[in-house]
Amino acid sequence: MQIRIKLYASLSKLLPEGVKPHEGFLLEIDDDMTPNRLVDTLNIPRPMAHLILRNGTYIKPEHRDSALFEEDDVFAVWPPVAGG
Amino acid sequence: MSWTGKVLRVNLTEGTCKAEPLNMEWAQQYLGQRGLATKYLVEETDPKVDPLSPDNKMIMTTGPLTGTMASTGGRYSVVTKSPLTNCIACSNSGGFIGAEIKAAGWDMIIYEGKSPTPVYLYLENEKAELRSADHLWGKSVWDTHEILHKDNQDPELKIACVGRSAEKGNLYSAIVNDMHRAAGRSGVGTVMASKNLKALACRGTRGVGNFKDPMRFMQATEQGKKVLADNAVTGQGLPTYGTQVLMNVINEMGAMPTRNMREVQFEGAHKISGEAMHEPRDSDGQPNLSTNGACFGCTIACGRISTIDPQHFTVKDRPEYQKASGGLEYEAAWALGSNTGVDDIDALTYAQFLCNEDGMDPITLGATISAAMELYETGKLTKEDTGGLELRFGSAEALVKLTELTAIGEGFGLEMGLGSKRLCEKYGDPDLSMNVKGQEFPAYDPRAIQGMALAYATSNRGACHLRGYTVSSEVLGIPEKTDPLTTDGKAELVKAFQDATAAVDSAGLCVFTTFAWGMDDIAPQIDAACEGDWTTEKLLEVGERIWNMERDYNLRAGMTAADDTLPKRLRKDAAKVGPAEGRVADLDVMLPKYYELRGWTPAGELTPETRSRLGL
Repeated sequence: MQIRIKLYASLSKLLPEGVKPHEGFLLEIDDDMTPNRLVDTLNIPRPMAHLILRNGTYIKPEHRDSALFEEDDVFAVWPPVAGG
Repeated sequence: MSWTGKVLRVNLTEGTCKAEPLNMEWAQQYLGQRGLATKYLVEETDPKVDPLSPDNKMIMTTGPLTGTMASTGGRYSVVTKSPLTNCIACSNSGGFIGAEIKAAGWDMIIYEGKSPTPVYLYLENEKAELRSADHLWGKSVWDTHEILHKDNQDPELKIACVGRSAEKGNLYSAIVNDMHRAAGRSGVGTVMASKNLKALACRGTRGVGNFKDPMRFMQATEQGKKVLADNAVTGQGLPTYGTQVLMNVINEMGAMPTRNMREVQFEGAHKISGEAMHEPRDSDGQPNLSTNGACFGCTIACGRISTIDPQHFTVKDRPEYQKASGGLEYEAAWALGSNTGVDDIDALTYAQFLCNEDGMDPITLGATISAAMELYETGKLTKEDTGGLELRFGSAEALVKLTELTAIGEGFGLEMGLGSKRLCEKYGDPDLSMNVKGQEFPAYDPRAIQGMALAYATSNRGACHLRGYTVSSEVLGIPEKTDPLTTDGKAELVKAFQDATAAVDSAGLCVFTTFAWGMDDIAPQIDAACEGDWTTEKLLEVGERIWNMERDYNLRAGMTAADDTLPKRLRKDAAKVGPAEGRVADLDVMLPKYYELRGWTPAGELTPETRSRLGL
């Protein structure tokens, strides 16, 4: 299946050349791909994959080895960030 | 003992400046800054006072760690009664003037009465005098800084002042210090101008010392700095992207208030985000962000210093606005941007510059512009009312023109200075004002972050993110992640954040430290500096005492439980997209539990037991 990958803040440097963070890119993944395996595939150090959203909803750390994706999902990742 | 033990009392009616000892008994109960100054205000004024009358007082106040080597120890606050909300006002600012006041030997400055003519306070260590500000009245914040530096032949003079908006009675005017830091919310600048007080110009060379245990203080602050440096948020994220890193986060999760909070996602968010501020522009190859900046003693340095595209319509052939200056923070970018539907980062930066130049709260300004745009699009406002301006969502030209007029209080800008509540009432549709207790919302839609619904509704200064920032937990996972869409446990979460924040705001520290520090990191620093036994438990008790004191002030000012509410739009109109689709702000589920936890009656009043327990 294909899903869209968006990498924000300092993780945006891991995006393919010329890709904007909010646009992201399409990635073909296996049906049994999990969030943590995807983080590894994208070369994101796991402590830096702090905030992971699937279609805007947070994926808890305890679900990151088991949650699965669906076609056209949006997978967005941030390092630890904050503001106010 | 870190407090200087001295208060400067400035009677503007009489033209006198007198020193008096700080009430050390109160300092043990309220710590400093927000808490201690509010205690003075509560004891010395009638909560029913007209905020713009001479009987209201205004207090510029530091905390015990202001001006010390503690990281971020440069904060000061302005405490008074707000003309925007008729509730307690406490606006906190960084920059350098807080530390300067402290280094001049003062814990706080209490202004009372009203000067017959414009004046400014000149403060150089123990020397305090009121000087004529006739030549400063009618000047912007930026011009006032320049003139005072030249007048006094001292470029190191630290200045806090009001701009033209405050002089024209704009109800959300800020007090701007060090050119682009501000005690921004609730109209504290309006109170200052109502007293004919244009500026504080301060020079302090005494330093801050007198710590309870100097060696332990050095060790505790060094340890605190290490925690901040090692933390990914305070050590890397905030210096690089500033608060603006949240723009894409909040938008992706469908919590971005858009077009006067009608929607929860903004299609142009990426164009005005922290990431966008790093992108080189076509005209000169420079990014919007020039560099980051730090306030006094800060080892985080989240501040944004920006430039505007020199070819942009706002600044073309206007070199005075092409220099680097205080740029977009998340709250300003949201309020002036997604909430007005404008995705032009240069127009937003220009509007932010004007907020600094003439002292306006960009949150309330942006929300008032958004409300005006909706009034216009629904036919309540016409070109006849606006002086010919067409106020359409998404119009950068309308945003810029309204900001320019409001900054100097001319034409329709005078009405914009009323804030959204009074503006919408005047034009017959009060439900279009997105406010709590008269103050406009910050950048988190409570339909998608339920804890913030309760935090907004119960905030003692009206809608505000800085009284109880549960976003930290509900969105960012600091200190622990909670589900933003549930109401379970949110009463406890909101109370915990409110109490802890009140303590931090009373210490002289920046609340951003709490992205890395817990109270167990803060307590040892205060304990080493201050007389008394300052444990985490005591700090949280002080925070709870302050919260209840502010609440009690508001109740005596005339506020009731009916004011702990949210606009109809957020309670009745469900979010249309995103994870919160179909949800409204479920305030009614959380509020009774919150009152119970607080030790308040079902009518939201302090019980005798609560008063007794907290010594109120």
